[in-house]
Amino acid sequence: MELTGQQFGYVSDLLRREAAIVLSPGKEYLVESRLRPLARQTGHASIGELLNVAQSPNGAAVAVRKRIVESLTINETSWFRDREPFAALTDVVLPQILGESPTRPVRIWSAASSSGQEPYSIAIQLDKALPPGRDYQILATDLSTEMVARSSAGRYNQLEINRGLPAGDLVKYFQRAGADWQVSDKLRRKITFQQLNLSQPLPAMQPFDVVFLRNVLIYFSPETKRQILARIRKVLRPGGWLQLGAAETTVGIDAAFERVPVGRTAIYRASSANLLPVKEVTAC
Amino acid sequence: MLGIVIDDSKAMRKILRKFLEGLDFSVLEAGNGREALEVLDSADSVPELALIDWNMPEMNGLEFVVEARKRPEWRNMTLVMVTTESEHSQIVRALASGAHEYVIKPFTKDGMIDKLALLGLVPVGVLS
Repeated sequence: MELTGQQFGYVSDLLRREAAIVLSPGKEYLVESRLRPLARQTGHASIGELLNVAQSPNGAAVAVRKRIVESLTINETSWFRDREPFAALTDVVLPQILGESPTRPVRIWSAASSSGQEPYSIAIQLDKALPPGRDYQILATDLSTEMVARSSAGRYNQLEINRGLPAGDLVKYFQRAGADWQVSDKLRRKITFQQLNLSQPLPAMQPFDVVFLRNVLIYFSPETKRQILARIRKVLRPGGWLQLGAAETTVGIDAAFERVPVGRTAIYRASSANLLPVKEVTAC
Repeated sequence: MLGIVIDDSKAMRKILRKFLEGLDFSVLEAGNGREALEVLDSADSVPELALIDWNMPEMNGLEFVVEARKRPEWRNMTLVMVTTESEHSQIVRALASGAHEYVIKPFTKDGMIDKLALLGLVPVGVLS
């Protein structure tokens, strides 16, 4: 193993401080697998050398620390990942939203958008499911500025495209761009991309109908989970929906969310007890 | 489940066979579209899945798809093109001819599993 206990401790502290993410012992392999390529890319001979620079008082240290945090918070992703959350969006959530208001744009926040497959998958789903003339807006945010730039560009290589994107959607929503594929302007102009740290107070936001916060809470301490869920509740419309990862829940963390089973998964709804009255709510 | 791998490359057939066997498929093989028609006509049951290369001698993958779609007894066989042909217009043409899905080579094992999962052809427990 390349990483010493002291170095792992430093990275754990850095991640907790900068991103409120808890890196438990036993995750040394993860740190090594993410930092080794970063060390190479940034011209350092080893992970140790990279971490020495990160801890040094010189000006480059801030940028190196930022890159370390980013490299450890990026997740591999695919199109329509896990499928059920997207089916729940179409089958359960959209009919409810459309019933509540026949005109206003549907607003969705993809709160850990990584390299962009999730917000673009949502856009594809909405483009197909919404009635003609019904508009939608998506906010896609990520901790990593590098990931925000990548998703905003909307350009994917062949291996990325093969990861779960139906061929019919590929030909409908993408064009060839050299050896890569480019997301169509029709989808891109519906999505706003920006960098955002979920462990910090949120900027002012228009309310959302749905927040996708998948495979994010698992990284945080119970207290930070509570804070994040409370912030998200404030930017959800009354009766708005929260989509978490399969291994995540609000149960035992935030009683203001109600768990609504959908097929083999569940979606969470901000309960009316803590919110303004919800118009035309039907049982799901 | 039963699958058929149709590819003129023996090495690619071996890779795809191994991949499908890992998902508990039994696997038939054919070196081109014409041979695939013969293999399917003499098989005891109709495969749930056909992985089909495009460029092959005698009968190419697209011609095979067109032929396969004329046979009502094969309507439950899911047709997936697995090919280096990667132009937008070719994918449109394959789908219009009756292919259900399209995988561009090179592909990763995870990418192929994702595609088969879309088609409901991955056994429960394989997807994490």
